[in-house]
Amino acid sequence: MSHEVKNRSPLLAVNHLSVDYVDPPHPPAAALREITFTLQRGEALGIVGESGCGKSTLMLALMRLLPAAGRIVAGSVRLDGVELLDLDEQTMAALRWKRIAMIFQGAMNALNPVRTVGEQIAEAIRLHEGVGDRRVLARRVGELLDLVGIAANRRDQYPFQYSGGMRQRAMIAMALACSPDIVIADEPTTALDVMIQAQILQLLADLRRQLQLSILLVTHDLGIVAELCDRVLVMYGGVMAEYADADTIYNSPAHPYTQALLRAFPDPTRPAQKLAAIPGAPPRLNDLPPGCRFAPRCPYVFARCHMAAPPVYAITPTHSAGCFLVANPQGGAA
Amino acid sequence: MEQATGGYRGVWRRLRRNPIGMIGLTMLVTAIVVALLAPWLSPYDPNAVSRVTIMDVYQPPSPEHWLGADDAGRDVLTNFLYGARVSLTVGFFASFIAVAIGGLLGLTAGFLGGRTEGVLMRFTDIMLVIPDLPLAVVIVALTKPSLTNIILVIGLLGWTSTARLVRAQTLSVKQRKFVLRARAIGAGNRYIMRRHIFPLVLPLLVVNTVLVISLAILNESTLSFLGLGDPATLSWGQMLNYAFTRGAMSAGAWWALIPPGFGIVWVVLACTLLGQGLEQALNPRLLTHHLAADRTLTALRRLPPDPAPSSEGIT
Repeated sequence: MSHEVKNRSPLLAVNHLSVDYVDPPHPPAAALREITFTLQRGEALGIVGESGCGKSTLMLALMRLLPAAGRIVAGSVRLDGVELLDLDEQTMAALRWKRIAMIFQGAMNALNPVRTVGEQIAEAIRLHEGVGDRRVLARRVGELLDLVGIAANRRDQYPFQYSGGMRQRAMIAMALACSPDIVIADEPTTALDVMIQAQILQLLADLRRQLQLSILLVTHDLGIVAELCDRVLVMYGGVMAEYADADTIYNSPAHPYTQALLRAFPDPTRPAQKLAAIPGAPPRLNDLPPGCRFAPRCPYVFARCHMAAPPVYAITPTHSAGCFLVANPQGGAA
Repeated sequence: MEQATGGYRGVWRRLRRNPIGMIGLTMLVTAIVVALLAPWLSPYDPNAVSRVTIMDVYQPPSPEHWLGADDAGRDVLTNFLYGARVSLTVGFFASFIAVAIGGLLGLTAGFLGGRTEGVLMRFTDIMLVIPDLPLAVVIVALTKPSLTNIILVIGLLGWTSTARLVRAQTLSVKQRKFVLRARAIGAGNRYIMRRHIFPLVLPLLVVNTVLVISLAILNESTLSFLGLGDPATLSWGQMLNYAFTRGAMSAGAWWALIPPGFGIVWVVLACTLLGQGLEQALNPRLLTHHLAADRTLTALRRLPPDPAPSSEGIT
């Protein structure tokens, strides 16, 4: 799965990105804080975390598609050195899908039920490349469907005539319509059975190699990340827990949350081992703990964790974690 | 999901199995056919200059005049058949105007939200609380009472309920994921409204149109009955007005009153039935109440209690 990355200047660089959700009478909810990562051309980055940890908010913030209540309050998102947060809406609209496309979670809902799949794939080509000729569009859509393993003659069918796996494939075809540099895959295998899930992941891996795609894979399934991703960003409650390459995350996780997450996951080499659930529940955005957001559930918690939020410490140049234990491995003594 | 199952062909299939809807459709189609074929069906030319004697006024039904004659000695059947044209014309055009305005306003307000929605919906509320009929009477009285004016007045005053309905449906459709996807693709508001929201609002709009047609016909009849109709065209409302103001009742000429009344009821009933049938065809869930015990539930209840629930084996 190791992928050689030649170009050192990153394709996408996200720095200290913070997002609030505002709801006027109430104080704003800090949905994302200080998210920092980079994505190289051809790299696959996994973004892992429980439901409600801000994964989807992060993806929408990158595309500047946050719901009305969402505000990007700080940080920067650079694509090839261009600051996306400074662009006017028109430039941004032209850039979406052309440079960054997205495979949405739940393909049934992301397809309009009353329009054919082909029409909806053609939409992106029509809007971005101004192609209006029906025959050209039909040919392009046919090629795209072919690329994801759907017979081209099914382009005129409606989403309900597709199976779940096919719908997800159609969503992938749609994401590839304008040959984007980056594809954001938001839980692309949710609600699919393991066989179809494996097929979809294989398809993504193939396409990535074939088209030199960079992939941002959002999921809560560590197994999927292990199969597809070079690097992993573990998120917890809207902050970065740990950011490292996949090997490091799986073999020497530094953050207690990553460790707990891995223990909660079946290990095929030790089938007899019991799975350890993480006690407690992820924090609610309107009721965040004062210090480290993981402190209430952390097995290694000490006094300082309850008082201040830990910054993200670099352990090695390619491995960082947001935990006081990393800065001071003796823990409680600090 | 209803919209997804079978598209418009599925709707037609379900409508065909819906007796209420089919009755309404048949009635409406009959009315339209009668209106179209009026020149061939009616025994007399309504515009022909004819010599009328005192004997012809309110002449009772006879082999020459199947439905008798009216206050001017004209054939009631001819008037009735030609009246269908006027009523249906007003109904279709006025409801088209009303639904177009209401649909556009509702779609825009629902989709854009925020201040636009506030302004548009307050405007709708104001229009909604002003009683239609008195306002229509005032406007028609101030302008020339022509057929075009009547169509415009009815259309411009009748869009409020459509706007509210379409807005509500738009609010629910715009939350769906494919709208976000379209935005991500780079589609603008107008494009999303036209290509993604409108097709899902359309079924509702069709049902609404049918119901608005009946309302428009009723309004036209009312205005004409009140003497605000176009004097150059004879609609059913106009026929009633003439019969009412020119002594048909005291002359005992029921034949001058019943046909136009029957025509109005026929078309309004047709639209109401068809609207109801269409609504059920578009949303099959309306046919069964969600709390009504259907057959599968009753069958389940009759099963003997399971002695060993299999869940015990798992824990």
